Amino acid sequence: MTELKFHNLHNRKYLQYGLALIFGFVFGFLLQKGRVCYYDVILGQLLLEDFTVLKVMLSAIVTGMIGIYAMKAAGWVKLHKKSGSLGTSLPGPLIFGVGFGILGYCPGTSVGAVAHGSLDALIGGVFGITVGAGLYAAVYPRLEKVLEIGSFGDRTLIDLFRARNPWLLIVPFAALIILGLILIEIMGL
Amino acid sequence: MAPVLNIITASAWSPYLVGVGIGILSWLTFLLSNHPLGVSTAFAKTAGMIEKKLRGPRVAAKPYYREHKPAIDWEWMLVLGLFIGALAAAAMSESIRWELVPSMWEASFGSNVVIRFSAAIFGGICVGFGARWGCGCTSGHGISGTLQLVLSSWLSAICFFLGGIVTATVIYRIL
Repeated sequence: MTELKFHNLHNRKYLQYGLALIFGFVFGFLLQKGRVCYYDVILGQLLLEDFTVLKVMLSAIVTGMIGIYAMKAAGWVKLHKKSGSLGTSLPGPLIFGVGFGILGYCPGTSVGAVAHGSLDALIGGVFGITVGAGLYAAVYPRLEKVLEIGSFGDRTLIDLFRARNPWLLIVPFAALIILGLILIEIMGL
Repeated sequence: MAPVLNIITASAWSPYLVGVGIGILSWLTFLLSNHPLGVSTAFAKTAGMIEKKLRGPRVAAKPYYREHKPAIDWEWMLVLGLFIGALAAAAMSESIRWELVPSMWEASFGSNVVIRFSAAIFGGICVGFGARWGCGCTSGHGISGTLQLVLSSWLSAICFFLGGIVTATVIYRIL
């Protein structure tokens, strides 16, 4: 396999920590400016009244998708795909969803919400999520059998639709998302 | 200089501008760090580090922590940066306000702090537990995984919102 574009940077531990700090800074800055670190905005999305969260996520997905697949085609980056199974990708995320609806923040936005002074995000979010993650580590060995149910690996939608050329899926998919966003705007959501 | 300053001090940017910004940020993390954006692993590592402090080094022998070493890493630094970045953004727009109960919660369920905090802790535990069960959160699956068109991430992201929409609807429309 040929080496990635900036492979000489990837193994430099402290440089990477510095980069992560800068990337995190930009991420947090954008989340706060996008107002998605606010309970009211997130709940507005879950009650289907305010589509700010979806607008941010879908425009990030379209932008990210095009750039990442273009750089992958050039051999500059490699993908980081997570494997899944029916036993991991359905129950875990559904429990997450229930918690998301009650807490009103996700892990990243709870950290961002603490930064603007939301103390429920500190106690419920930062503290509660850490406790939940620790509890999962405790029960993890007992879930092993469940996690293996219906394993489908790290396949992508490109594999699923057997697209010969990834762009045959990416272009219509991006168009569909943009169309959806235009529709949301027309509906005034 | 004034227009630039106005943008920096604005309390809200267009969600599309923010989304495109996050998309471009993901290009850079892949390119320069060979890493996707993700947040919830840092919580698992923090839990492991705290448990190690309380219960000693045998914690690191737990199967989960053997696979996810409880130590500071790239993603942990990303989350630290996220906090500082959100703090800077909120400070520049003078949006930092101490708040115990969010206004929307208060309008429906009152200003009782104990009730809100209890609910938030329960919700947070579910979020942390579910994120680790599903191997990712709204960042790792919801943005990084979906933009790579990974099937497990699309399924997870749909379930995050399905669970969230049903729960929020039950809490606000039925209870």
